[in-house]
Amino acid sequence: MTFLRFTLRRLAEMAATLLAASFLIFGAMYLAPGNPASFLLSGRSASPEALKAINDQYHLNDPFWEQYLRWLGQVLHGDFGRSIEYRTPVNTLLAARLPSTLLLVAMALVLVVVLGLALGWIGAVRGGATDSTILVGTTFAVGTPSFVAAVLLQGLFSVKLGWFPSSGSGAGLGSMLWHLTLPALALALYLIGMLARVTRSAMLEVMGHEHVTVTRSRGVPERAVIRRHVFRNTLGTVLTMGGLIVSTLLICTVLVETAFSVNGIGQLLDLSTTTKDFPVVQAISLIIVGIFMLVNFVVDLLLPLVDPRVSLGTRGASA
Amino acid sequence: MTNTLEIDGLRLHLPGAARPVLAGIDLTVGARETVALVGESGSGKSLTSRSVLRLLPPGATTEGRVAVQGQDVLTMDAKQLRQLRTHTAAMIFQDPRAAINPLRRIGDFLTESLRLNADTPAQQADERAVRMLDAVGLGERVLRQYPGQLSGGMLQRVMIASALMGDPALILADEPTTALDVTTQAEVVGLLDDLRERFGTGLLFVTHDLGLAAAISDRVYVMYAGRIAETGPAEALFDRPRHPYTAALLRSTPRLDAPQGRLAAIKGQPPSLKEELTGCPFAARCPFATQACAEELPPHRPVPGEPDRLVACHHSDQLADQLAGSAAHD
Repeated sequence: MTFLRFTLRRLAEMAATLLAASFLIFGAMYLAPGNPASFLLSGRSASPEALKAINDQYHLNDPFWEQYLRWLGQVLHGDFGRSIEYRTPVNTLLAARLPSTLLLVAMALVLVVVLGLALGWIGAVRGGATDSTILVGTTFAVGTPSFVAAVLLQGLFSVKLGWFPSSGSGAGLGSMLWHLTLPALALALYLIGMLARVTRSAMLEVMGHEHVTVTRSRGVPERAVIRRHVFRNTLGTVLTMGGLIVSTLLICTVLVETAFSVNGIGQLLDLSTTTKDFPVVQAISLIIVGIFMLVNFVVDLLLPLVDPRVSLGTRGASA
Repeated sequence: MTNTLEIDGLRLHLPGAARPVLAGIDLTVGARETVALVGESGSGKSLTSRSVLRLLPPGATTEGRVAVQGQDVLTMDAKQLRQLRTHTAAMIFQDPRAAINPLRRIGDFLTESLRLNADTPAQQADERAVRMLDAVGLGERVLRQYPGQLSGGMLQRVMIASALMGDPALILADEPTTALDVTTQAEVVGLLDDLRERFGTGLLFVTHDLGLAAAISDRVYVMYAGRIAETGPAEALFDRPRHPYTAALLRSTPRLDAPQGRLAAIKGQPPSLKEELTGCPFAARCPFATQACAEELPPHRPVPGEPDRLVACHHSDQLADQLAGSAAHD
């Protein structure tokens, strides 16, 4: 299949998926119990007139289909509506909070890729006590949810040692990096363990293949054998993991941002869900779905470059 | 002049085995000579050929000497070993589909060791690759192809070309035709023989196929349970086997020139690595075995009147006529 056809087909698929996702997201918010008006009035006993004004402003009493289609029309024009809680356009809210989240996820991704691959590589190549230590370490990492890791890291590096701040996201790049180091670690820990284990077992599997023995028998230096034949052949597996890694980061950032009070879109999602600020929840959910699909699309585009046996639009080997 | 390959008293132990997997192998390959190493699966023939490149299984310990062009392989440092593997001896493996990395181009496979190890410039390595591909009857375009785009026979030609890349003195062929279909087998064997002649290399041909061994080799070693049972010039050995195992192998090989109805099978199984052996390893399956065979290991003795033949059998001389009679049908 040609690149163009593949891309067009995938874009059409993604549009259809987004449409379905938008319906589910909107429907879920519609069906969920609670009413944004009661949060807006924050417990004060409101006059029926005030309630009606709010319901009218946000069209809360319109039939479901009318509400959904009106919202969808706005979204297609790039407008996610106004936040009920903050009374500002959702786009403005997101724009202010996106940098923290993007930086946090990027830092965590770098940590995952660098440490995960390095630990897996070292474990597979060294073996023995080094390998056992890495195995035990990654078992702990995989068994520690990100919110537990957040509390542990805060306790050690903020409260006890005082090296990093325990909350906030700072202003300016330097300060942001400093503020986001612990959150990024908390976010990355589980995935570092996961990627290290996948890399290690994939490398050990390739090491048992005959072509590795053949390469050694040709006098190729051991480092080159590992790099060019063992590690190289695990890239397909690692890349496929990449899609999973990015989506896990996006989901777990909600917990970590909340734990570290990072004002990113993850924390916003958490706050908005509690206050039934549905325009914000819908916007963020839809964006997460979009990013998830985009990442998997990129992974599928890259796979044929990594493995010549895979051609665009097929999964697995076609010899 | 030194032999291209000289193996003296090679013993190899593996962890968990009750007896050595190789129990004193003596074997030589002269310059430009073709030698066949024949035996059943598990006889240690592959291990013997792999030890020439020191491709040993993890945990293996060795005694004895394996010298390629006078240099002991077993005591080399890492750099000398890479030099040996790149330029002096190269192995052709059984299944080319499994032996070549499917994710790298053929050109990379061919030139890799020269570029990474011998500091040969990429362009020079590519030129040599084109010449070697031409020698095995493949065109230049193969360089840019992936293994998945070639047939098994073509891949085995690529394998042969890659073995020739470093201009080696010795080629080890470990069952190079077993994974190929019959017509391709003949092509590959013919090609190997031609190239050995043309590039002046010695060839150690490991096979379980007696017919193939007879067709290609000058001398033959028959291996059983980690020991050489019998050795000698191919023709003499197949005409007048002096070891009951060789005779039994010949009887179990189909022959076009003398169809004999049902093929004879050798009763029993080769001894497991878990049991220790006293006496002759073949005694348990040998129709001529006596008390002495079970108790005493037969030494390698020259065959009377044939100085270049050795046989490890207590009763070889008495059995001479019987064995020859049972093997030769022409």
